[in-house]
Parts: sequence; C-alpha cells; structure tokens
Amino acid sequence: MKYFMQDLWRRFTGNRRALFFGYVLLFVALALLPFLLSNTVGRTWVRILDFALIYAMLALGLNIVVGFAGLLDLGYIAFYAVGAYTWALLASPQFDLHLPFWAILPIGAGMAALFGVLLGAPTLRLRGDYLAIVTLGFGEIIRIFLNNLDHPVNVTNGPIGINKIDPISIGGADLTKTHELLGIVFSGVHIYYYVLLILLFLTIVICVRLEKSRIGRAWLAIREDELAAQAMGINTRNVKLLAFALGAMFGGVAGGLFASLQGFVSPESFGLLESIMVLCMVVLGGMGHVYGVLLGALLLTVLPEILRSTASPIQRTLFGEVYIDPEALRMLLFGLALILVMLVRPTGLWPAPKRRTVIDQDIVED
Amino acid sequence: MDIFAQQVLNGLVLGSVYALVALGYTMVYGILGLINFAHGEVVMIGAMIALAVVSALLSVFPEMSPFLMIALAGTAAILVCMSLAFFIERLAYRPLRNAPRLAPLITAIGISILLQNIAMIIWGRKYKTVPQIFPTETFELFGANITSVQIFIITISALLMAGLLVIVHFTKLGRAMRATSESQRVAGLMGINVNKIISVTFMIGAGLAAVAGILIAGNYSVAHYSMGFMLGLKAFTAAVLGGIGNLGGAVLGGLLLGLIESIGAGYIGDLTGGFLGSHYQDVFAFVVLIVVLVFRPTGIMGERVSERA
Repeated sequence: MKYFMQDLWRRFTGNRRALFFGYVLLFVALALLPFLLSNTVGRTWVRILDFALIYAMLALGLNIVVGFAGLLDLGYIAFYAVGAYTWALLASPQFDLHLPFWAILPIGAGMAALFGVLLGAPTLRLRGDYLAIVTLGFGEIIRIFLNNLDHPVNVTNGPIGINKIDPISIGGADLTKTHELLGIVFSGVHIYYYVLLILLFLTIVICVRLEKSRIGRAWLAIREDELAAQAMGINTRNVKLLAFALGAMFGGVAGGLFASLQGFVSPESFGLLESIMVLCMVVLGGMGHVYGVLLGALLLTVLPEILRSTASPIQRTLFGEVYIDPEALRMLLFGLALILVMLVRPTGLWPAPKRRTVIDQDIVED
Repeated sequence: MDIFAQQVLNGLVLGSVYALVALGYTMVYGILGLINFAHGEVVMIGAMIALAVVSALLSVFPEMSPFLMIALAGTAAILVCMSLAFFIERLAYRPLRNAPRLAPLITAIGISILLQNIAMIIWGRKYKTVPQIFPTETFELFGANITSVQIFIITISALLMAGLLVIVHFTKLGRAMRATSESQRVAGLMGINVNKIISVTFMIGAGLAAVAGILIAGNYSVAHYSMGFMLGLKAFTAAVLGGIGNLGGAVLGGLLLGLIESIGAGYIGDLTGGFLGSHYQDVFAFVVLIVVLVFRPTGIMGERVSERA
C-alpha cells in the first residue's frame, strides 16, 4: 500500500499537467476556504485561521534556528514580542505615531533581527542545553521589561498593554472594515486572511529556497557536526548569527501582523508557554521540514480551538452536565496528544525526507 | 535588624529549596542528557499531596502531634511523587531513548501540561492556604530574624543533600549511577541494570522534589496548581549555573541563585538610582546567568567537555 501510494505520488508529481491542475485546485480551495468557514461554522473560525497563519509564519521562523541550524531556542517569542511592540508603538495613540504599514513592517523586521543578533552574539560559544537556558532567560528578560517599562518613562504601558493599534490600510482603505469588491462582500477577517496567506506563501518560498542555498547547507552542516563544518571552511560564527537574525526577522514580521490584527498587545501574550508552544509546532510537525512545520503549526492552533468548542457540549450530551472544567479538559487532551504523537512518531508527523547519502547507501541496502 | 543579613538569610532559605529541585534536574540530565521539564510539576504534586494529607488529618485527628502529622504527610507525598516519576519515565521517556534529542523534550512538556491540569481539576484554581501546624517562633541570628520554619527548611535540605552525596559517592547504587552516566553501554556490560538505575535516579529526584514542594509551601504558606512551573524553571537555571550534571554544582547554583535573587531584589533600586525596581528581580537572576555562561560556557563547576563525545 505504501509503495502504491508512493508510486502514485511520483506519477502525479512527474506529470506536468496533473501538477498544474493540482496547484490550481489548491489555490481555489484556499481562496474559497474563508467563505466556506464563515457560512458553515461561523466567522470566528476565519479569525482562528488568521491566527493559525500567523503562527505558521512564526513556526517557520523558529524552524530556521532550531530545525535548520540546530540551535535550541526557548525564548523565540521575544522576537515576536519585539515585532508586535514595534508595530504597536509606531502605529497607535501611545506616542501618537501613525506610520503606514509598509514603513513599519521593515522597521519591525529590522528591530527583531537586531535583537536576534544581540541574543546570538554572546551565546555563540554555548552548546545545546546551555544555549536553551540562555535563550529562555533572554525571552523572560524581554517580557519583564515590557511588563515594567511604564515608569519612570512610560514606553510600553506596563501590564495593561497598548490599545487601539492601527490596522493595515492600503490606499486609505482600512483592512479591518468590510469592503465590497466586484459585488463580493469581504469582511475584515477575510481580507486579513488573504494578506496573511500571501505573506505566508512568501515565507514558505524564502524558507525552501534558503534551505537549498549555500547558507542553508552550511546550517545543516553545523547542525550535524559543528566541528566538521568549521573544518570545511564554514565561518560558523557568521552563519549562526545569520540564522538567529533571519529567524528573528520572521518572528518580528509575524508579531507586527499579530499586533495589527488583534489591535491590542500586552506582555501576557509573550510568555514562556508561547515559546514552548511554537517549539512544539516545529518538533511535532517535523523539525527542519518546511511543510511539516506548517502542518504542525496549523494543527496546534486549530486543534485546541476545536477542543474548546466541543469540550463542554460533548460532556453535556454524554453525562447530562459539565463535570470537568472545559478549559482544563482541553489542555489535558492537548498534553496527551503531544505525548502520544511523539511516542508514535518521534521524528514528527511529517519529517524531512532523508536524502540518501553515500554513507546511508553503504549501510542500508534496499 | 540588619537588612543585608536578612536578605542573605532569605536567599539561603530560598536557595536551599532551589538546590533540592536542581539536584533532581541535574541527576536526570547527567544520566540521560534530558531536560526533565515535568520536574517542577512533581514539586507541585508533592506540595499538594502533603497539604491534602495534613488537612485530612487535621479534621479527623485534631490532637495529633504536628511532627507525626508532617512526617505522615511527607511520607505520603514522597511515595506518590516517586511512583509518579517512575511512571513518567517508563511511559514518556524510555520509549524515546534513541529518538531525536528534542522528542523527549516535547513529551516532557506534554506531561507538564497534563499534571498541571489534573492538579487544577482535583484541587481547583484557587490559591490554597497552608495551615500553620507548627507554632512559628522567631529567633535572632547575626542581626537577622529567622523563623522556626526557615530553620527547619535549611536543616532538612542540608541533611538531604548530604545524604544524596553519601549515596552517590559511597554506595554501590551510587557507583552504578555514576557508571551509567559515564556510558550506558559500558555500564550495561559491567552487569549494571541500566534501566533500573535510570528509574531509581528519577525516583530519588522526585523524592527530593516532593520534600522541596512541602518546604516551599510551608515557607510561603500557599500552594497552587501552577506553583511548580516557575520554581522548576529557576531550579533548572540554578542547575545550569552550577554546571549541569554536577551534583555539587547544583547545590552551589541553587544557593547562589537564591542569594542573587534576594540580594538583587533588595538592592537593585539603590544600584540603579531608583530607575529599576524590585520587579526586575528575575532580570537580575537571568543576567547573572548569561554573564556567567558567557565566561564559563559549561557553568561554574561544569567540567570542560570535549567538543564531541
């Protein structure tokens, strides 16, 4: 059966016309998805989908650091926070700045990349779990500063957070309002969906191209054996810093989009648990594999929401009343799912296809 | 009352609890190279079980001697935590021993989420007050106030740490543990039952965690289903600070982190001219950690490991 499927897949991808047809089908499906959702299960699900796309972008960014370069980062959410707060400060009544989004996006990405280098530079000598704990500390430091920078000078508004953040607007048209185009009514969440989809598509293209590039191969070499990579003439310092900076950049962009979609940021959204969540997406999906990570991110954002909406109705139909706090039950099942998936598929749901190397051929004869 | 002496004392009390928890992290890390993220949750379960036993005993036998009560509660908590650790290792870590390095990290996170939510379902969302079963007395020492609970905490932790060091360095079990952490394969060839040793290591760590949970709940007089997370994180930081995998390092790291936190919280305002308040206590701890690791990448007492084992 497995070989049959593989054969079918190879024939499908080998056939140009079939492949083209497949892409068109996928495109149409993705374009129609929000309308399908809002007409069947409600508009909140389009919003959830928006967040899933943002998280996918975030997970792809972390995948560069953890998956490609093999640097365990437990404070990745800090870059998301930097991006979100950059957007929030430059486009809200906080300092009465209202820069347009095409100006903030590069600034946010640049700020996040700068913080990535700031984190990367002192940690270059650290390995494995020492690196993990330093990144974790860095994430906490950023969060604590966001939480307390409301005095003596009020920058971040402290634990209350920043409100009334400007949405993305193109040509004076506010994207969170409802618009009509060619007789079709697009509400705010729908438009955001398309914007995010396009940006996510760009992120995927960049990630896939990066992986195959000279830099990407250098990352993989460092991940597999740093010493050998160095001996091969790779400048491990610069290449590692680049991984931190690029990973952070995607995090920053995702953070900015999050701020503008939510219209509100507070330090609460950037805790250690969120860092761990993004790491779970990467590892659960399949570390180092762009499409696997994508799958992981979508699953881990949508699954808890499905559990949230079904946890209490199911209990009610089964036992007549709600016995277990639905929020606790949801997290319980979520934790269980993490454990079970890892036990059944330790390399993730959709791991990177292992390229057959010369060494593999010597050992495995098939 | 001397403020500095008081801060040092508070730091030592907090630090000895950190050290107990850090020992659990460092033992498991030394043998398996695994960050046992669920360890903090074991601390919480220990505190909750002990609290439940004490409240039950208080309502049934209000006349019971407080020492017997705390002994019973402690035993119950230790036993529950040890069996919990046994099952966690068996179900979530052992099947993944040869898996990619991050797979057991994710199951550890899963276990942590699971335990927290089970505790929330059983004991509720509210902070639980710990009943005062000992009459608290205050003594004066070097110009600082010390309560009987704090004396109890420091004594118990010191005894347990000494006991652990004796076990690890002078018994057959300890020798087997050290051999397993050197190389599981060679230890197996020498006739050591590696799986058993790993289970025992987890259980010893969990026993220490249970005691630490009781001590910290007694010190602050509250227990909560989420109390283990931050404590576990701090303890792990302490273990890394001292040099992970090294028992003496864990103790040193724990005490140091406790001292840094309490002295830092007390003086950070003066040091920065009032610009940063005591909210920045955790920043202080993490900055010290980063600075130490930049100059000594394997922690204070960590051995210089070769680039590749």
